[in-house]
Amino acid sequence: MSTIEVSPAVSGVQHPGQRVVNDFTLQVATVNGSGSQTANTVLMRALVQMGIPVSGKNLFPSNIAGLPTWFTIRASSKGYIGRKKEVNFLVAMNPETAQEDVRKLEPGAAAVYDEPLKLDAVRGDLHFYPVPFDKLVAPVCPEARLRKLVRNMIYVGVIANLLGIEMDEVRKALLKQFGARKAKAAELNWNAVVAGCDFAAQNLPKADRFLAQRMNATEGKIIIDGNAAAALGALFAGVTVVTWYPITPSSSLVESLIGYLKRFRIDPDTGKATFAVVQAEDELASIGMALGAGWAGARSMTATSGPGISLMAEFTGLGYYAELPAVIVDVQRVGPSTGLPTRTMQGDILSTALLSHGDTAHPLYFPSSPRECFTMTADAFELAEEFQTPVFVMSDLDLGMNNWMSDPFRYPETPIGRGKVLDAEDLNRLGSFARYRDVDGDGVGYRTLPGTNHPAAAYFTRGSGHNDRAGYSEREDDYMNNVDRLARKFETMRGRVPAPHTEISERAHIGLICAGTSRYAVEEARDLLREEHNIETSYLRLKAYPFGPELIDFLRRHERVYVIDQNRDGQLVLLMRLELEPELIAKLRSVRYYGGLPLDARSVTTEILGQEGLA
Amino acid sequence: MSTTTAQPRKTNRIGLDVVSYKGNKSTLCAGCGHNSISERIIECFYEMGVEPWRVAKFSGIGCSSKSPAYFLNLAHGFNSVHGRAPSVATGAMLANKNLIGITVSGDGDTASIGLGQFMHMLRRNVPQIYIIENNGVYGLTKGQFSATADYGAKLKTGVMNDLNPIDCCVEAIHLGATLVARSFSGDKRQLQAILKAAIAHHGLAIIDVISPCVTFNDHEGSTKSYSYMKEHDEPLHELDFVPAMEDISVEIAEGEVREIALYDGSKLRLKKLGRDYDPSDKLNAITALHEAEKSGHVLTGVLYADPARHHFIDLLNLVDEPLATLPESRTRPPRAVLDQLMEELR
Repeated sequence: MSTIEVSPAVSGVQHPGQRVVNDFTLQVATVNGSGSQTANTVLMRALVQMGIPVSGKNLFPSNIAGLPTWFTIRASSKGYIGRKKEVNFLVAMNPETAQEDVRKLEPGAAAVYDEPLKLDAVRGDLHFYPVPFDKLVAPVCPEARLRKLVRNMIYVGVIANLLGIEMDEVRKALLKQFGARKAKAAELNWNAVVAGCDFAAQNLPKADRFLAQRMNATEGKIIIDGNAAAALGALFAGVTVVTWYPITPSSSLVESLIGYLKRFRIDPDTGKATFAVVQAEDELASIGMALGAGWAGARSMTATSGPGISLMAEFTGLGYYAELPAVIVDVQRVGPSTGLPTRTMQGDILSTALLSHGDTAHPLYFPSSPRECFTMTADAFELAEEFQTPVFVMSDLDLGMNNWMSDPFRYPETPIGRGKVLDAEDLNRLGSFARYRDVDGDGVGYRTLPGTNHPAAAYFTRGSGHNDRAGYSEREDDYMNNVDRLARKFETMRGRVPAPHTEISERAHIGLICAGTSRYAVEEARDLLREEHNIETSYLRLKAYPFGPELIDFLRRHERVYVIDQNRDGQLVLLMRLELEPELIAKLRSVRYYGGLPLDARSVTTEILGQEGLA
Repeated sequence: MSTTTAQPRKTNRIGLDVVSYKGNKSTLCAGCGHNSISERIIECFYEMGVEPWRVAKFSGIGCSSKSPAYFLNLAHGFNSVHGRAPSVATGAMLANKNLIGITVSGDGDTASIGLGQFMHMLRRNVPQIYIIENNGVYGLTKGQFSATADYGAKLKTGVMNDLNPIDCCVEAIHLGATLVARSFSGDKRQLQAILKAAIAHHGLAIIDVISPCVTFNDHEGSTKSYSYMKEHDEPLHELDFVPAMEDISVEIAEGEVREIALYDGSKLRLKKLGRDYDPSDKLNAITALHEAEKSGHVLTGVLYADPARHHFIDLLNLVDEPLATLPESRTRPPRAVLDQLMEELR
């Protein structure tokens, strides 16, 4: 270590006195499989512990090890947790991408990099912090084979020093991450953090503007990914049969759920399971098992992604017509099978809403946060049994696989409802029943479960070829009566699924509509439009399909309504067009982002300003 | 005589008459082998005294798959998706492990579109009775060859099958079914004994029944016709099902009979015919099937039995009660669990 170079700041943006506090995007560029996930989680956690709102997003390749990966932490004092395009602080650990990573930075940004990469030669308008990682890691990690992992902790220390992240909080986050059982590993890693921090303190004078400072906006928050949150939703909904086939980005949902079930759903008296989990041979089998289990009375579910949804199409149609409850969590990603399986997209909205052949329509939930993954997955089980139909929870990769700050989840206060199921006692009272008769006028018939100890319980389940007593029929009137009743059932759901979140601004001529994770960019975009262009907007975030009357009210109130989609074809806006009156359709405008990354606010504002003629 | 006394109804051990085990009138062709199989199912469930409402019937798509509507009307039935009844049945058995599952499938349903699900059901040894009504052709689509059609078999149109057949019993023995049998819809006695053993079996019972299609595959040149089966059927043994409640001792010469002890205490007696066949020997069973195929014979009887092996539901270590109807107190963890989890995530 003969010389340590620190390039002096040359950017014109630089105003030494103007600090940017708690408003920066930090990006760590590494190689997949290098073990940087722990380091990044420690940084994210430490910021949350300092009371600063953050979001963390992992952009990773479809690969076990060796390809480039980027982890982005956004800190925002205003609480914006959507993706931000501009990176202010880079940690360049990957020689393959380092030059390009540096070129993409905003002027005035900072770059911590592995000294031999000599990145300071690339640009003159940045603040460079070279760090000799190999030299620093060797003394703190005598075991050579562990150095690849431990060197990530060096940058944690460097960043902590440069951004002013409190070392006590870093240590607390690190101990939490490693847990009590890995105390030795935690100490080894902690020494690396300290080495990084000390090095920075002695050799890297602070030249950039970005700082983290304690605030109080994360009190009581938890950190969880959407998949684990959905798993908890299923756990507290009392799921009993889980069938699945591994597929990114849904696999971790079921893996989390298996962990929870093993901890909390083993009967304490007998040591036996109150659940069954089956890893099926494919998605055809996983949905078949889920529907078979739902038919026989279990609370059943499966989790998948787009390619799995395609394979489930035929069975979903049977589920719709034969009226079988099941919950399908679709963690959406870019299509098709050999596409960008590790990139996010709202890619299955239209195809899932109408999945299968014949006349079909399925209820969808649009969770936007871990908390909604929890509540909506739980509610999906209620809806599935109440309406005896497959129900889809439309999460996405961004929500499912990234860690999010969240308010803690609330224990479900309403008892589990099993829908219209007749048992032997009911049958004694009634004498008989007609499986598909609309007794209550809501389109939902009464069912019995196989194994019901009563001679009148049995009925024969098939697709659409039946009359209202479940007898075989190919008669025109029986078929039409049945599908009309199914349509009626879907109309009943309109008033049952969660209503949208709506914010009406009396001054607004334009409205914005979105669903799911688009909300973060859209909510930030509303503020940007107001602050930068004095454009007031109203806002409606859809929580479910079928859409309720609130959507129509919202469209009536506004001159133009922008529907924001994370797909090329505007699937959400297309689904609306299918059922709206022409004068309301005329008000719809479409904003689409489909690059595979989580949506950012600038993409939304740029598009809206352009369409408003203000760009 | 002013009064007549009605004959007392004949009932089984749970007091039900045979009518309680019947289904709707069959809509299959007169003379279809499948109808005979439905008859055997009705008789066997009646004679075994099974509560019909404990039974769940499954099927895929095809002529065979229609037949669950023609037996056991007091049991729930599910006519599902082509080739995918195994997954539906697996799910239902997970939901309620006390159900007695019976799937009726065909050779197209099982050996072509459903081969994947069939194989994995075998691997799992899902407890149920799985009957393949095997006629070598697709009936509902008017007589195309299926994947079990024998090499050299001829369609009515004269088209010859030049591909090797899939032998569902070979697959079943190889992959883990624990009772594997082949029979002929025209052999009432053998099929009854096999079905009763299957009802008593604790695990997956595969029964491949050659069941001629009178409309599309009962002609000269067919290898799944009534006349072909009458000439080529080679029973391995004479079968006798001995229910648990009866303990009839029969005088049989030493070495003439083998016994398979079934889960519920009943027994299947295999009386030697010509050769001594050991149905506990996998390799021997597969060899015998290959040899029979080569010589143009159709081996029938119990090909393989491993009645003591654990089935899929056993392996899952489920609570005794059906998962489907567990009360909320056993399926929703208490508030303290959520509080604990939230604390861990802070």
